[in-house]
Amino acid sequence: MTVTDTEVVLEAEGLTKHFPVRRGVRDLLSKDRKVVHAVDDIQLTLRRGRVTALVGESGSGKSTVARLLAQLYGRTSGDIRLHGDSVTVRGGRRFRAYCRRVQMIFQDPFASLNPTHTVRYHLTRALKIHGRAGTSAAELEENLRDLLLRVQLTPPERYLDKFPHELSGGQRQRVSIARALGADPEALLADEPVSMLDVSIRLGVLNLLRDLKERLNLAILYITHDIASARYFADETLVMYAGRMVEGGSSETVTQNPAHPYTRLLIESAPDPDRLDRVGDPREAPEDEAGGEPPSLIAPPSGCRFHPRCIHAMPKCSTELPPRFELSSNQWAACWLYEEAAR
Amino acid sequence: MREPVLEIKNFHVDYGLGADAVQAVRDVTLTLHRGEVLGLAGESGSGKSTLAYGVTRLLPPPGVISGGSVVYHSPGGSYDVMTLTDAELRKFRWAETSIVFQGAMNSLNPVHKISTQMLDVIKAHEPDLSPQARTARAAEMLKLVGISADRMDAYPHQLSGGMRQRVMIGMALVLQPQIVIMDEPTTALDVVMQRQILAQLVELRERLGFSVLFITHDLSLLVEFSDRIAIMYGGRIVEEARSSDLYKDSLHPYSEGLLKSFPALRGPRRELSGIPGSPPDLRGMPTGCSFHPRCPHAFDRCSTDIPLLATPSSRNDPTRSVACWLPGRTPVA
Repeated sequence: MTVTDTEVVLEAEGLTKHFPVRRGVRDLLSKDRKVVHAVDDIQLTLRRGRVTALVGESGSGKSTVARLLAQLYGRTSGDIRLHGDSVTVRGGRRFRAYCRRVQMIFQDPFASLNPTHTVRYHLTRALKIHGRAGTSAAELEENLRDLLLRVQLTPPERYLDKFPHELSGGQRQRVSIARALGADPEALLADEPVSMLDVSIRLGVLNLLRDLKERLNLAILYITHDIASARYFADETLVMYAGRMVEGGSSETVTQNPAHPYTRLLIESAPDPDRLDRVGDPREAPEDEAGGEPPSLIAPPSGCRFHPRCIHAMPKCSTELPPRFELSSNQWAACWLYEEAAR
Repeated sequence: MREPVLEIKNFHVDYGLGADAVQAVRDVTLTLHRGEVLGLAGESGSGKSTLAYGVTRLLPPPGVISGGSVVYHSPGGSYDVMTLTDAELRKFRWAETSIVFQGAMNSLNPVHKISTQMLDVIKAHEPDLSPQARTARAAEMLKLVGISADRMDAYPHQLSGGMRQRVMIGMALVLQPQIVIMDEPTTALDVVMQRQILAQLVELRERLGFSVLFITHDLSLLVEFSDRIAIMYGGRIVEEARSSDLYKDSLHPYSEGLLKSFPALRGPRRELSGIPGSPPDLRGMPTGCSFHPRCPHAFDRCSTDIPLLATPSSRNDPTRSVACWLPGRTPVA
């Protein structure tokens, strides 16, 4: 399934996160402790100079994956490896050392910048914490200018002393990207970096991220619910459903030739102006057995988690969990439909 | 040409009074015809929601309607919504025009059953109806939007986001209004659910024959689901056309840029650029055409004169109009 063989930066294997459910008085005495199966058995590789997209609907666990990779949550089981070394950090100095190499960009630039501080403060803090502020004031100033130039906020002087409310959404997101770059990371975890921005400026920010990836040779995890933007921006696309990965491969293959029934449903449902030209009723809803409802993650369906909604479901689907079947050198799907084809 | 059901003429909305007022909607003229879906697209701050609230006179202070008329044509006669008294307005709302608000999922009252909330509406507007008839009406409406009648006694938190959205659409339709205004009705939903709800809406419209004013920032969705599209920028409508015309042959550089901001899911992979710059600040609008600082084709006249919405000289088609100074897009002399 590898797209190319550049150096691996961050790797996850069998990554699992279960959140405990608060117990009520009635189940205090019962033995079984309920958990939310937020993320189960995730396998993922981020490589230098590559963008990996993680696509899924709300509640599919994609943001949890980003937080696990950023070590903001402790994992239930599985392994996270940075350059081959397994890492588990819970705060303190080791967490900072990890942060220096793996940075996260959050969805909402209106919430992730402190409204009472200027751009200069945000960036200076990032530089100081990660020991890149230099020794003199002039050096710091030079580094700040450099950061803003990198995210195309020019001229830097105009933005340094601005407060977040004086900037537009796109500019704010650029500042938070600059802040992440302040640590000089190797991997960026971007959790829906453009979904809160206006449509006309989304591409500007995506193109900036792509440009940075090329210049700084970053590994980027791009989390999104918009599969069309994954096709545009990412080299590799992974599709998540109800906490599990169902399909993965090169973005072009996954979007043009989706194998898993869920990926097909997702692509069928995406708004597509070209549908006007197609024959038949363009407004017909795609087939879905459960009316678009994802399952409860407290008691997820047995076997394949998609089987209650799947139009191709077989008896086997409800009992056995499908493993990954390699369909070609750059595509795999976890679906029993491909059991024969993969042999 | 189909008959109009709502005619908005030279509509202005300001926020604040006097010299400090911000002009959120400026000189909007728009017609909604019977039985059509009219899409209103634009970025945040372009005035699309303000227009919808202004038209229904729901605008909270400091919003002020500073000019224009909104003529509503009902089978019983026509009248200007702006001149209605409070009592008349109360009858007009919901029975003639209903709104599905942005984040509609959260506009249900969490401490009341959905049946109570629906029955309240019917009771307020049709007090003569017997309780049995009311319940029957509410149950029928819920069935139409795909919720079985035994969920009527559920509280909002017992329903999923998609179901709550369906309840809101059902509530908007329960008095069989002529016009339904939908303000970003599906933004908070997943794509699969979004498509199902929109497909249902289109089906209901065919059955009940209401008109829809559909407000969203997702132009690719509008192209697929609406009959006509009006695009707003900086408080003005900059282009209006049938959806297929707009998609294949957009005339205003902003519409063109907006269409090019959506990566395609099919077909060749193209390099896209979006639109450079940021949306305008309503407190300091550019002179002339408000799009000119971001426009790739701007020339001298764009920064001084405001272009007016009119049928372009290069397309002899009365359904189209555009506000742009570029050659071929100015009105017929």
